Amino acid sequence: MPKKYDTPLLDQLEKGSYPSFVTEIKKAAAKNEQANDLLGALEQCYKDKKTHWKHGGIVGVRGYGGGVIGRYSDIPDQFPGVAHFHTVRINQPSGFFYNSKALRELMGLWDQYGSGLTNFHGSTGDLVLLGTKTEHLEPLFAEVSSRGWDLGGSGSAMRTPSCCVGPGRCEWSNIDTLDITYNITQEFQDEMHRPAFPYKFKFKTSGCAVDCIASIARADCSIIGTWKGDIRIDQDAVKWYAKNGMDINAEIINRCPTRCMSYDGKEIKIANEDCSRCMHCIAKMTKALRPGKEKGATILIGSKAPFVVGALLSWVIVPFMKMEPPYTELKELTRKIWEWWDEHGKNRERTGELIERKGMRNFLEFIGVNPQPAMIKEPRRDPFYFWQPDELK
Amino acid sequence: MSAPQRKTDIGPPHFKQFLPPVIQKNYGSWKYHEVLRPGTMVHVAESGDKVWSVRMASPRLISTDFVRDICDVADKYCDGFFRFTSRHNVEFLVSDESKVKPLEDDLKKRGMVMGGIGSRVSNIVHTQGWVHCHSAATDASGLVKIIMDEFIDYFTTKELPNKVRFAVACCTNMCGAVHCSDIALVGVHRKPPIPDHARIPNTCEVPSTIASCPTGAISPDPAKKSVKINNDKCMYCGNCYSVCPALPISDPVNDGVAIVVGGKVTNLRTAPKFSKLVYPWLPNNPPKWPEVTNAIKGILEAYAKGAQKHERVGEWIDRIGWEKFFKVTKIPFTFQHIDDFTFARETFRTTAAFKW
Repeated sequence: MPKKYDTPLLDQLEKGSYPSFVTEIKKAAAKNEQANDLLGALEQCYKDKKTHWKHGGIVGVRGYGGGVIGRYSDIPDQFPGVAHFHTVRINQPSGFFYNSKALRELMGLWDQYGSGLTNFHGSTGDLVLLGTKTEHLEPLFAEVSSRGWDLGGSGSAMRTPSCCVGPGRCEWSNIDTLDITYNITQEFQDEMHRPAFPYKFKFKTSGCAVDCIASIARADCSIIGTWKGDIRIDQDAVKWYAKNGMDINAEIINRCPTRCMSYDGKEIKIANEDCSRCMHCIAKMTKALRPGKEKGATILIGSKAPFVVGALLSWVIVPFMKMEPPYTELKELTRKIWEWWDEHGKNRERTGELIERKGMRNFLEFIGVNPQPAMIKEPRRDPFYFWQPDELK
Repeated sequence: MSAPQRKTDIGPPHFKQFLPPVIQKNYGSWKYHEVLRPGTMVHVAESGDKVWSVRMASPRLISTDFVRDICDVADKYCDGFFRFTSRHNVEFLVSDESKVKPLEDDLKKRGMVMGGIGSRVSNIVHTQGWVHCHSAATDASGLVKIIMDEFIDYFTTKELPNKVRFAVACCTNMCGAVHCSDIALVGVHRKPPIPDHARIPNTCEVPSTIASCPTGAISPDPAKKSVKINNDKCMYCGNCYSVCPALPISDPVNDGVAIVVGGKVTNLRTAPKFSKLVYPWLPNNPPKWPEVTNAIKGILEAYAKGAQKHERVGEWIDRIGWEKFFKVTKIPFTFQHIDDFTFARETFRTTAAFKW
């Protein structure tokens, strides 16, 4: 494919030592007409300081209501190769693990049916195939699905769940994040592929409170691994850290948010009943300190980005849930939440927003969870609260 | 050639087939890890087995050739096994120690960049921007590239008091956890949308367009079968444009980039926090956005100088106070910094104790 456009602005983004997305577009453009026109269209955006993409239309594959994001250029005559430039979301494997054989095959198909450009990965976690034409969607889907890949979520549906590396390669993980993610994705295939909710619903699973997948900030259902019982201490390893120059008092003891630790120059002691399991000491002294043995997860609900009335972090709903396959309790809770949201949610209203509008009590009563102090930062400050008839004489 | 038989609702491939044997064997039985170099760490299992991870930068928007290059490297040094991190880096998973150094050398020879582990800057979580989004107020990939170029030493070598997580969102939709990052950029508009009365009747559903406005600035215009915007109430979020394409809001001159800081998602030490506004607007000045990089430089240098070990940006600001933050960074404090939206009253100071 010969060079079609001069791109003096984008060319400046090929300099510098960090790998360049412009170089990547050019590599694809060398053999693909769509990528070539993307390069021209993007240079135009840089020149005009505005986007040249239009809202998505309804495109997809037969039998699915999501997984493909329609995208059209607003200057198709200038850049016919990106007149349609639809995104295909491929559901990534848990933990973003791959091997070369599987990805070579997938990349071969994408060269055949699309732009040759991808995102590893999109914000939600999907393996994103970036830019193809409407007529290529069905053949591409037949090829990838016959080889074991499926589409991810889009629109008012369950979105592709994602998780941290978990037990695959992390000593802190309290739960099998990879299996939970795979299991709920399989369980809720219909809810993912055929949008029927008021709006999007995201699951993200982290193995511990370090929360490497940012579940507490961007998942309607945040699953965060935790434990009960005492932090396990290897005092010999504590000595190893001291010998290797760690100032244990400054870096560990004084940084503990609950002041539940002490260090006498030889050994660390922990008042475990005061520990809030923030993970700081364990993360910094990974050889010496390990989580307690009774493992489970805290389930938090409701986080989202700022639209419409401000960003939310997820709220603790179930302080501790055992997480053993087939994760029946989590699935039952999820179905109850969806039922309530389905019943009361307005168009484009996220679960967290609905809880704010209808009240936490209404939500908790419907899903059958009793009030507990772990759910709140503090009790209410106002004297205005409801009683039910059966609570009165 | 006829297409193969399509399948539906099969879900993703099972992850187990993509785990290297050392991980399959020691699944859930890791004991500890050590960071050996800025881009290399080793995880040690209860069994004594080890797996080395070599982390390499990726621009996230990558060609199929880039993926095939990763595959070639993985075949050569780690039996074809690799993964991506939640911040879009590539990690080669090596089970044979003798192959770690040759792998690192090979990546260097290919011009690849390794790093991002530990108290450093890692890759930037970002959105699609002008590459692929209809509502982008700025580009995302371009901003990411210039920031990572500027602060590359903090990825490959130099240490900071703690991790600094950058994020870029090209509009206030904020796909990705921009609202809880140490330093985040967000594309913003500064003028109300201009209703296209010719298109609205056929393109938009009026009730859902009205309902999309968080400030109640949109009302019906029955004569035109369209909508009116109360410009005094509009704070340019652009949510109406997501619902109704005939309410264009983008403006090459007035759109720009805001900077928010001090957010975190982790529970380590202190509770997760939202990022807060420090630069309400900087000009959209592609391809290098010099005003934006300069502003970030000021914040990052002040943090590197002032924060104690293990303090994230937000924890550092909590300790010194916002009044001191604005002083040491020399960022002008304006009316835009004082919240007048939904959570405003939670943000006003209710103590007489503060710093001069």
